[in-house]
This record gives sequence, C-alpha cells and structure tokens, in this order.
Amino acid sequence: MSFGPFLLLALMEGMVTAAVLSLAAVGLCLVFGVMRVVNVAHGEFYMLGAVIAWFVASVVPGPAWAVFLAALVVAPVLVGALAAAADGLILKRLNYDPEATIVATIGLLYILQQAALTFYGPDARPVAAPFTWRIQLPWFGYSGYKLFVVAAAVAVLLAVWRLMTRTRAGLIMRATQVDREVAGAFGINVDRVYMGTFALGAALAAVAAVLVVPIQQAHYLMGGDPLLLSFIVVIIGGLGSLRGTVIAALIIGLSDGVISMFFTPTLAKILATLLVAMVLVFRPQGLFGQKT
Amino acid sequence: MTTTSLFAPSRRRVLQGMGAGLATAALPGHVFAQGAPLKVGFQLHRTGIGAAYGRWYERTATAAATAINAAGGIAGRPVELLFEDDATDPKRGAEVVEKLAGPAACDLIMGTLFSHVVMGSAPRAGELKVPYLVCSEGYHVASGALNRWTLQPAITDVRSQIQSMAPWVAANLGKKVTLIYPDYAFGHDHRDFFTAAMPGQGGEVIAQIGIPPTETSFTRYFPQIPAETEVLYHVMVGPAVLTFVKELGEFYGTGARPQLFGFLDSLEAVDTATPGLEFLEGSHFWEGHCRMKQADAGEAETAYRAAVGVDDMGASVSDPADISTYSHMFSCWETLYFIKQAVEASGYAGVADREKLVEAMEAISDLPAGPERPQGGMVFNGKTHQAFGTQNISQIQGGKLLRVHQTSLEDGMYANDTDYTAMSF
Repeated sequence: MSFGPFLLLALMEGMVTAAVLSLAAVGLCLVFGVMRVVNVAHGEFYMLGAVIAWFVASVVPGPAWAVFLAALVVAPVLVGALAAAADGLILKRLNYDPEATIVATIGLLYILQQAALTFYGPDARPVAAPFTWRIQLPWFGYSGYKLFVVAAAVAVLLAVWRLMTRTRAGLIMRATQVDREVAGAFGINVDRVYMGTFALGAALAAVAAVLVVPIQQAHYLMGGDPLLLSFIVVIIGGLGSLRGTVIAALIIGLSDGVISMFFTPTLAKILATLLVAMVLVFRPQGLFGQKT
Repeated sequence: MTTTSLFAPSRRRVLQGMGAGLATAALPGHVFAQGAPLKVGFQLHRTGIGAAYGRWYERTATAAATAINAAGGIAGRPVELLFEDDATDPKRGAEVVEKLAGPAACDLIMGTLFSHVVMGSAPRAGELKVPYLVCSEGYHVASGALNRWTLQPAITDVRSQIQSMAPWVAANLGKKVTLIYPDYAFGHDHRDFFTAAMPGQGGEVIAQIGIPPTETSFTRYFPQIPAETEVLYHVMVGPAVLTFVKELGEFYGTGARPQLFGFLDSLEAVDTATPGLEFLEGSHFWEGHCRMKQADAGEAETAYRAAVGVDDMGASVSDPADISTYSHMFSCWETLYFIKQAVEASGYAGVADREKLVEAMEAISDLPAGPERPQGGMVFNGKTHQAFGTQNISQIQGGKLLRVHQTSLEDGMYANDTDYTAMSF
C-alpha cells in the first residue's frame, strides 16, 4: 500500500481510538476535577456498559438500529445509577479522602469484574452494529460504523461541554470544583453534586462502551486498556481540565493510530507511557492543568 | 400453618427420604464403584482468554468420562474428573498442577490447551512427578523442551500439521505467503515451521505479522500485508477472533484480495454465518476435526456428537448460538481413552505406580480409529511423547465448512528431535 492511503487509514483508525478514548477519559476527568477522586473502577463502568448493551441486545426485539438505540439509553442510565449507589454507599462514607477512595475503587473494580464474570460469563459476545454500511475506497474498505462512532463521540462531547458551560447544573459543578466549602456555604448540596458527577462520569464510560461494542465484543476483562489509556490522557491533558483531556485524547489516539501502523502498536504504547513520564517530570500539572 | 425444616421434617418428607433410601439400596451392585475412583485432574481454561475452549473442553471430557463409566470404567474403577480453573494464565497453571497433584490427590493431570500455560505448568508437573497429558498442539512436547512426565497423546502438533498441509497450500492457493499469527509460543511454531516449509514447495513467506495475543483491534496491522501477497495465512486465538475476521473483511471489502488460508482457531466458537463474515465464502481453513458433519461421517462421529451434545452444524444441541471448539476438543475425549488404555496395560493401582504408567503410555504406538477416536486413527511416538493424526482442509461453501482435502498420517511425520524415554523420571 502506498504512503497516502496508508496514512489515511492510520488517521481514520486513530480518530476512532481518539473518539472512544476521549469519552471514557472525560468521565474520569470530571470525577477527578469535581470530586478529587481517582476512580480506579472507571474501566469497569466501561465494561459494564458493554455487557449491559449485550443484555439489551439479547432481550429487545426489533431491527439492529432500534436495539442499539435502546442500549445507548439503557446502559448509561443503569451504569450511572450503579455509580450513584457506589458513591452514596462507599465514597461518601469515606469523606472522599483521596487515599481511601483509591483503595475503595480498587475494591470496586474487582467486585464489578468478578460479578460480570459470575453473571455474564467468561465469553466475548458480539452486539450487532446498528447498520452494516461499508465504504469501499480504491485502496481498502472501511467500516462506515466506525465513522459513525467518531461523529457520535463528538456530539456527546459537545453536549457535555454545553452542560458544563451553559447550564445551571454545570455552574454548580464548576463551583463545587473550585471550592467545595464555599459552594456548600452558598447553599449547594455538595453531596448531590458529587453523586451526580460520579454517575455522569460512569455514564460517559458506558456510552463509550456501547459505541465500541459492535466493533469489539463485550468481555469481562475489557476494562483494563481503557482505564490505563484514560489515565494517560487525563495526566497529559491536566487533571480536571476537560479541554486538555479531549486534546490529549486526540494526541494519544492519532499518534497511536499512526505509530501502530507505520511501526508497531507496542512502540505506540511505549511512546504514550514515555510522554506521561515526560509530562510528569517537566509539567506535573499537565498541558492544560492549573497549578495548585 | 405448619413449618418444616431439616430438623423438624414433615411426615411426607420422612416418607420421601425413606423411599429414596430404599430405592438406592435396591440398585444392582454394578452401578456402584467397583473400587476407589481413578482421579483425573483437569487443568481447565474456564476463565481468561481461553474460556470458549474451556467450556467445550469441560463438556467433552465430562461426556467421555460418562461414556467410559457406563462401559465399566477404567480397569474396573470409575473415572472421576476434577476440574480446576487456571484462568488461562501460566502462573495460575503451575498452582493448579500443585493443587491437583497434592491436596486433590489426583492420579494424573490432563487437558491444558494454551501453550504458554503448558510451558508454565509442565516443569512443575515434572517436579511433582505426576503424568501431565496436554491437548495443546504446540511443538513444545516433541521438541524435547519439556520432561518425561509431559505427553501429548491425542492431538497433532503444529509442526506436523504444517508439514502435511504446506504442499497443498503451495500447489492450490499460491506461492507468496504472508503470515498473521499470535505473537507467542504457539504462534511462533506457526511462523517458524511454515516459513521453513515453503521453500521446499517452491513458495516463500514474504511477510510475518505477529499480533500480541491480547490485542483487540486489528485493522492497523493489515496495511503491513504486501500487495503481491497471493495467500494470507492467518491463525488467531482469544476472545477477539471475531473482531479479527470482521475487520479483515472490512479491510478487503469488495476489492481484490489474496487467497485466504486460515487455521480454524481464527473461527473457533464463532458462527460462520455471522453478519460481516460473508467475505470468507470460498476461503480455506485447516480443521483438526470437521466442525460440520461431513457426508461420509461414520458411526463413531455420530455417537461422539450425540455424547458431547453437538449438532450437525457444530453448535450445542441446547443453544444453536453456542458454537463449539470442534477442531480441538476431540483431544479431551481421546486423551481420556488413551489414559484408559495405559492404566489397563500397566496394572496401575495408585500414585506409587506413576512411573509404570508413563512407561506404559510410551509403549503405545497404534491408536486406531473407532469410538475412542472419532477424529480418526493416530500414531503415538513414545520417544517424543507426541501423537500424529490426519488433518483436514475445508472450504467455506454456502456458509458451511466442507472438507476438500485430508492429509495422510505419513504426510505429517518428521524425524525425532528428542528421546524422552532416555530421560530419567
């Protein structure tokens, strides 16, 4: 394959990675930014989104696109509700202490993963894509659904951005992020903000998973890679900075696509990890993070 | 309202219990064990990346044990299988061997498929001096890398499979081959032996693409396939195989594509009629044991399918969406019958006779086709601890796998690289 088409394919693959990654990472970033909680169980919320999508696909009759839309609604709602419950039952009782919540979310990670293994099983199960349109370029074919994933991720990210900057809920979340105690003094119910933020972060991971499950398959161990990459993205972008997270997801996604294709995927992972190390050494607050 | 419990049973409960007891006592004597059971530990990939294989390995081994027990057991003793999950993980694998050989007091251990787990577990089996019978296809047994206690008596190794099929691939599909394989022990066997086999057939391997076994996205690897490739040889394993074949189909689409020759591993537990796999029509696959019942299938094949619970399409009789790992799982059935043959020949009575048991296994050579070996006859080489059988090449025609070629036993023979019988226990 000549250089031009090769690069095109690399960029397309990179865009898909970036799209899914930015959704998952924005969820992680929101939770850290507003609550100062490092959610190690984030990847398992992602996995649960995919598993619930499979359950929805196996019980809802009808055409593939209707099933997919149902999953796109049901999975984030259920995962968000579970996250809200986890917040109320676990994180709140630890007073959101940074060290304690890390340990608690590690525990949650194993509970969710093993519960999925017990109730869903060890198999990778496919969910049909909402449509099977395929683009045939002169050099290679490409899944039209993958391009839809990119568009859908952009739409969801725009919605999150509007929520944070143009709505009252966003204002309250930002106020809580800046200063929890002052926000409380102004009558903001901080507990409810935290619960809502944790649920929203998990729901975003679930949306990413529902989008990705027709490309990959739902599997109980699928949460590991997105968690690692989300952390890489959030650290590079700057903890708590949504803009930084999206830009970092683009950098990591596209470089992953291009480096994997021209060299090897292992080299892409090595370079991403090296970038994290460099950022931590030379700019610990991340590319767009605020110095604290 | 009256409440009943185990401690204060109702009259009806007591009568039921007495009835059951009397019925049991009235059973003829041969239903009960003639002696203590022969305990066979089964190292099972119940979870982890080998889970689809594990599910079917368990069913196949259970069916074989049921059949053996119904026919009087092994040397008059009932066989009892103890399944232990190794999470398809080499470290856990070694621990499972310890548990099965130690606290569980198994007479021997069998069943491992994934070659990295075999490599991680076999040394421990050797140290604990417990016979360890693997169903893995890796060349690691016959290469001499393992030990006197490790045998592969019921599935041909990759080296032999490739040697017997490479001439057919070169003669019928093309000479310039690109390989796609999982980047670890099992995949390296494919890479090394196929690359070595092609020049002898007037062909060559022009590119080797190794993919990490935990990979979930494959499109990025496909541009490495050189344009002049005539045959794309693919073998993938793990939970992402469906993604692999789907993305391969998307990549080539309706454009020109090389001939595809795959190991069925790339499609094990995957329905060939899955939407997105239409591009596989006309492509060829290696099959250890034909998933779809062929027109010339004999009685043994039919009986085996019925015993394990597999329909003519290779799916579970209770769930047509549950596709079997048919190309590999026969090895569990045949390994158990191999154990039966060796135990009965050696007069094995208990763990003190384990060396005698291994010697009896090494003395076995001819393994004829029959109900014990539904996949076909095999030859066992006691020196290399490796079995050799026939291989099938199938083509997807109308969404079904139809056999177009079967190799002979001689096609897969190679000179011994080791002699385990000269090794001490």
